[in-house]
Amino acid sequence: MKIEEIKVCIMRVGGTNCDSETQRAFQELGVQAESVHVNELIKRRNLLDYSVLVFPGGFSFGDYVRSGVIFARHLSANLAKEMETFIDEGRPILGICNGFQIMVEYGLLPGFKGVSAYPEAALTTNEPSGFKCKWVHLKQENRGKCAFTGKIPVGKVISLPIAHGEGRLLFPKEKEEALLKTLIDEDMLVFRYCTKEGDFAEGKYPASPNGSFYDIAGICNREGNIFGLMPHPERAMYWWQQPDWTRQQQMMEYGDGKLIFQSIIDKLTKTS
Amino acid sequence: MKYAAKIEVSLKPGHSNPEGETTSRLLVELGYKVQAVDVSKLYTVHLDATSLAEAEAKAEEMSKRLLANPTKDNYTISVAEVK
Repeated sequence: MKIEEIKVCIMRVGGTNCDSETQRAFQELGVQAESVHVNELIKRRNLLDYSVLVFPGGFSFGDYVRSGVIFARHLSANLAKEMETFIDEGRPILGICNGFQIMVEYGLLPGFKGVSAYPEAALTTNEPSGFKCKWVHLKQENRGKCAFTGKIPVGKVISLPIAHGEGRLLFPKEKEEALLKTLIDEDMLVFRYCTKEGDFAEGKYPASPNGSFYDIAGICNREGNIFGLMPHPERAMYWWQQPDWTRQQQMMEYGDGKLIFQSIIDKLTKTS
Repeated sequence: MKYAAKIEVSLKPGHSNPEGETTSRLLVELGYKVQAVDVSKLYTVHLDATSLAEAEAKAEEMSKRLLANPTKDNYTISVAEVK
């Protein structure tokens, strides 16, 4: 696929608030990106015109019932056929923060056996409790399957901001060790919270902002084309978004968030 | 016929409960001898059904499809006819 053919759909709904930054990040890298209201996609039935789908961050439907669940069910009730085709064709899907919550509630992630009818995991109340808005460090753990991390070497520590109250990933208690083994064996684990030096957070605040199981911040499905993470790469795209830019003598032009957007573009331009 | 289904969604045992722990700590600070706080959410769904059994079945389906996440939630349902 040529770079100018790549068309990104950033699917928004009432309560979405990170669509513009995400759109700008993709456009900066030379691809077409549109912020499209889900009801427009339902009306026009044109989801399959896009090569990449993004669920951006925000508070869709006011986070009512559980974060992401109403958007997820709205989609499965109204756009299931197009979603199924999009997924079956292996097109990439990215979920950021609330987008990750939507994907988990939809059953797209973890996706141990394809899309599940009911959620196989949950992103729930932070521990310690409360909304956390800060920069965190993440270690890249994926060995090559994830389509969104090809530009980030295994073991590299990157820094991205988070802003959420419900980001603690958990699995059914009785299955968590077995599911963790599957995540690792099938190369579905992508980012884990760590310290600046790269030591895993081991659930401890502040390195872990939410007490997530096994310090998990991002995972992909078995095929690697569906990826969700709680931190916001679109808020770490440019040098002027870095928290310490006023103290630096020399800044890189881009922040670590760029690596995620660039990875999927490189993947699409090289493989198809 | 009209029914009211009360669906209470609560946390499964074994999962940590930061909301309850924070609430409990504050109640202790306010001077109450509190051991723990469990948090649940109560939905009262007003619906039409042809029988009590059908209303219960619908409430069960709603819980599974929307109101509870089986990873972490338990739910109980109690349905009554509304006259």
